[in-house]
Amino acid sequence: MSEFVLEMTDVSKSFPGVKALDHAQLRLRPGKVHALMGENGAGKSTLMKCMFGIYKMDEGQILVDGQPVTIHDPMEALKMGIAMVHQELQPIPARTVGENIFLGRYPLKKLLGFIPTVDHKKMYADTAELLKKVRMTFDPRQKVGELSVSQMQSVEIAKAVSANCRVLILDEPTSSLTSNEVDALFRIIDDLKAENVAVVYISHKMDEILRISDEVTIMRDGHYIGTWEASELTTDKIITQMVGRQMTNLYPPRENVPGETVFEVHDFTSINPRSFRHVNFSLRRGEILGVGGLVGAQRTELMEGLFGIRSHVSGQIFYEGHELKISRPKDAIDQGIAMLTEDRRGSGIMGVLSVADNISIASLNHYLDHGIAINTRKIENLVQENVAKMNIKTPSSKTQIKSLSGGNQQKVLVGRWLANNPDVLILDEPTRGIDVGAKYEIYCIIADLAKQGKSIIMISSEMSELIGMSDRIMVMCDGRVTGFVEGEEATQENIMALATQFE
Amino acid sequence: MQTQSKETAARQVSAGQKILKFITGNPIVFLLLIAAIVVGVLKDNFFSWANLANLISNTAVRFLIALGVSGCLITKGTDLSAGRQVGFAAVVAGILCQRGDYTGRLWKWAPEMDISIVLVIVVVLGLAWGLINGVIVTKLHVPPFIATLGTQTIIYGISLVISDAQPIGGFQKIYTTLINGRIGNVRSFHLPYLLFVALLFGLLFYFIYNYTRHGKYMYAIGGNDIAAEVSGVNTTATLMRIYAAAGVMYAIAGYLLAAKSGGASASMGQGYELEAIAGCTIGGVSTTGGIGTVPGILVGVLVFELLKIILQFLGVNPYYNYVVQGLVIVLAVSLDIRKYIAKK
Ligand SMILES: Nc1ncnc2c1ncn2[C@@H]1O[C@H](COP(=O)(O)OP(=O)(O)OP(=O)(O)O)[C@@H](O)[C@H]1O
Ligand SMILES: [Mg+2]
Repeated sequence: MSEFVLEMTDVSKSFPGVKALDHAQLRLRPGKVHALMGENGAGKSTLMKCMFGIYKMDEGQILVDGQPVTIHDPMEALKMGIAMVHQELQPIPARTVGENIFLGRYPLKKLLGFIPTVDHKKMYADTAELLKKVRMTFDPRQKVGELSVSQMQSVEIAKAVSANCRVLILDEPTSSLTSNEVDALFRIIDDLKAENVAVVYISHKMDEILRISDEVTIMRDGHYIGTWEASELTTDKIITQMVGRQMTNLYPPRENVPGETVFEVHDFTSINPRSFRHVNFSLRRGEILGVGGLVGAQRTELMEGLFGIRSHVSGQIFYEGHELKISRPKDAIDQGIAMLTEDRRGSGIMGVLSVADNISIASLNHYLDHGIAINTRKIENLVQENVAKMNIKTPSSKTQIKSLSGGNQQKVLVGRWLANNPDVLILDEPTRGIDVGAKYEIYCIIADLAKQGKSIIMISSEMSELIGMSDRIMVMCDGRVTGFVEGEEATQENIMALATQFE
Repeated sequence: MQTQSKETAARQVSAGQKILKFITGNPIVFLLLIAAIVVGVLKDNFFSWANLANLISNTAVRFLIALGVSGCLITKGTDLSAGRQVGFAAVVAGILCQRGDYTGRLWKWAPEMDISIVLVIVVVLGLAWGLINGVIVTKLHVPPFIATLGTQTIIYGISLVISDAQPIGGFQKIYTTLINGRIGNVRSFHLPYLLFVALLFGLLFYFIYNYTRHGKYMYAIGGNDIAAEVSGVNTTATLMRIYAAAGVMYAIAGYLLAAKSGGASASMGQGYELEAIAGCTIGGVSTTGGIGTVPGILVGVLVFELLKIILQFLGVNPYYNYVVQGLVIVLAVSLDIRKYIAKK
């Protein structure tokens, strides 16, 4: 009997233009949480997809209980007890939570004794049970499309847990969860550990890694760097191994000086009575305004309302004293507002299109010759500038964006909005799924924009980022703004107190 | 010296690889080319200038229709009214281009009209149909498949009404001779004018798809319509333009087709929407959106027309033609799809 449930050795995998894995390895022990770490594009998701049978590896071996196996597709992986929660969620929005969880293995009953039909009652009862297990309270019959991103993620986790697996892969499961939900997830992981499940945990959040994991494997550029006991590691050590150099600061020094008030929102109320209401706030030139709150605080909804993605019934928006009329995103963009949305796949990337098309789509007016013809050379320059500035890993500007790693997709989207040179930039979870090095690069960009006099609104569920980057923090709870904190008062306790001020 | 020859060798290898890549990437195109050569060897007049001209002018008209529908397909929509719009344009053009002294003239009260004015009228009507489709899709939010299924029937009905369900003939001579005109001598090498019309629109669409905001917006909507809207693309206006342009293309095709056939009737163009969609898909336009190129569409349409001519030359029972054409569509698209699912 091998001491490992699953081993991957000498795994290599190439895609056109990139060697995503170069003799990578991973060894999982039962009942242990194994963190897999590395920069964006290091090959973490690719390694997991090889294990799960989504990709065929060019070279290498997988051993389960010491026996070599070949895994051709996810069905086989599931049969061997391997389950995976994907980095990019893949729910079916028009179907219910229960149907999503039991997709492909609906419980059956016999109608009239012989016609097999789906046993809905059992399915929803089991779903309710599972949701309870993952500490979620929503209705199993709710359509998944109506859930928030974090709730969807919980559904995916419930689905994976329901497969009774021996190896559970969690690829950035917490990228859109708030701290309470993360705690809930960790409790689930502890339950699974007790059941001797080996958990692979991929995340860019250092504090989580040190809290939850037993062992850590670090990868860089498709190579295996090493495996350590989590107790031997510190954040600094991990970062140094991941990036290949030392990083001293997590946040850049900020030299922006907030000036006069330029952007004002008065009594902004959603068309949906349960969403944001009577919101008032203002933003100064060169200011970074953080927006904190729990999931369900309607922060995203509020910002999408301001940007014209969602409708409002009352309220006004002013920029430099002029009222802005915004009924769709185009209006907002034309008036100098930009917004990086939260749901990268749903409202961010255009998967089959190239990196160049994705980065330029919001600013095509800037690359015209004679007002009509698009100058592809200017777009190529734009891509190269961004690739250099944010260290985007892509084989070329013509690569389909869906083949980039998650973090690199995010950088392209940040580039899309910077290309527009907006006055007010709304960022909804801008560093979601981005590695430490790139996070720092994005923080630098934010700080630099603020210094140039741009006004920035940044929604973040990461407390340290919120506190580390904001000049002022607006906290929301249940659709209302419950308060602002700044300077010394901007502490985790104060923010949480405001975030939980339910009526 | 030696290094130089090595380099040329390397280049030759890469050229060979390119050909191989083309074959594996476009198996249907390759198979049809082989079939064409075989048929050409078996049947004498297959490789004739007349047959070439025939292939070119058939392809030209179908290509215009395919260009029209391609925008709808790239944005994850479709346009089932294409064929009936072609028929409508043919009927209107036919009626208005009838000779003043023709006894069977349908609209005796109307004066004999200049054929260029007729073209303008037909195009404006096509634009109107396109805009109607656009409004139904973007403002009433009816899915394109259903919306154009509805307008298809409406348009056919109107064509029947205005043509009185009668075949229309007696065109002004200039209408038929101009559009069936050619460069060169009929007996030897010649190129139909229709070729140049098709090339002109092909280039225009190539430019629009690759070098204008409208084109980029179109691909963006096909790639992810929500992301496009959030990025400031006016998705409504873009879709309106796409359906309107499609209407214009069908109108032009209908105008040309009536003259090409020397007669028109309401049933003209029936089924052309399916041929156009098939041509586009064979040419690599993805119905899941965001993918498709003008050269690809041209190849797709050409292949389909070539197939028809081959079958005709082989003397295959015309009823079987449909069977073979259907098989080729399914085969071509399933082979094409493999390119996208073969990521393992
Ligand atoms: N389907 C694909 N086609 C082409 N290239 C791909 C594909 N999938 C991944 N890659 C490339 O392989 C490399 C590794 O990607 P992977 O998604 O494994 O990174 P990752 O470590 O998970 O990064 P992140 O932290 O950003 O999620 C990247 O350079 C990526 O562009
Ligand atoms: Mg990943």
